[in-house]
Amino acid sequence: MEGIGQIITFYILSAMAIISAILVVSLRSLVHCVISLALLLLTISGLFITLFAEFIALVQVLIYVGAVIVLFLFLIMLTYRITDKTILQTNEQKGTSFILSALLLFLLITVLTRTNWDTSQEIVVENATTKIGSLLLTTYVLPFELISIVLLACLIGAIVIARKE
Amino acid sequence: MTLSHYLILSAILFAIGIYGALTRRNAIGILLCIEIMLNAVNINLVAFSRYITPTELTGQIFTIFVITVAAAEAAVALAIIISIYRHVKTVNVDKINLMKW
Repeated sequence: MEGIGQIITFYILSAMAIISAILVVSLRSLVHCVISLALLLLTISGLFITLFAEFIALVQVLIYVGAVIVLFLFLIMLTYRITDKTILQTNEQKGTSFILSALLLFLLITVLTRTNWDTSQEIVVENATTKIGSLLLTTYVLPFELISIVLLACLIGAIVIARKE
Repeated sequence: MTLSHYLILSAILFAIGIYGALTRRNAIGILLCIEIMLNAVNINLVAFSRYITPTELTGQIFTIFVITVAAAEAAVALAIIISIYRHVKTVNVDKINLMKW
């Protein structure tokens, strides 16, 4: 059912995603880490397109790459000092956290590969955006309204916290 | 690709995010690794939505809300970091330990 093109695309995108994530946690300069995170978010957007979620892919590019990355770059610009160049390195917990995250990864992969997922062979929804729009206004209208209150609260909160005294 | 491939990719990204969040010394670096973790969860949700119930888009709706809440939380966390930087003049989390002196 899956063509050779989809397989190659998935492996290329996942290799790019894993390499970008490793670069984010290990580069020395903070701006390089933010650029690697932008690359990671773009490859995840590509993965969303392979999963037939075009609207989510566009939302990811628009909000994450377009707004959150710019926010991080502004923050680096506001909190940058020349003498802080050496504090990007990792702290003294490198060995323990590597062992812990490797254990967590091993546990997750063991559970994932041994579970019998009840995958269905139904036809994938072709025009997901229309269906998402109608679902957000009929079945999920309450979370939709609550998320607007959450955004309002975070907007006011961020301005109040970050303004000059 | 089957469901397991996407889930394994999501697990690898999540583990890399946890490793980064535990070892970074800069507060902004910790926030970057939290964003990696949230994106791994988004891949998980969309993969489940596509492979288990392709006609009801519950996973994609959940992903929209996760993206929104993650962006809001990143904004508030960055505002807190700006405020801390104004007081303590550093973003090194090893030195932001005002609760004990």
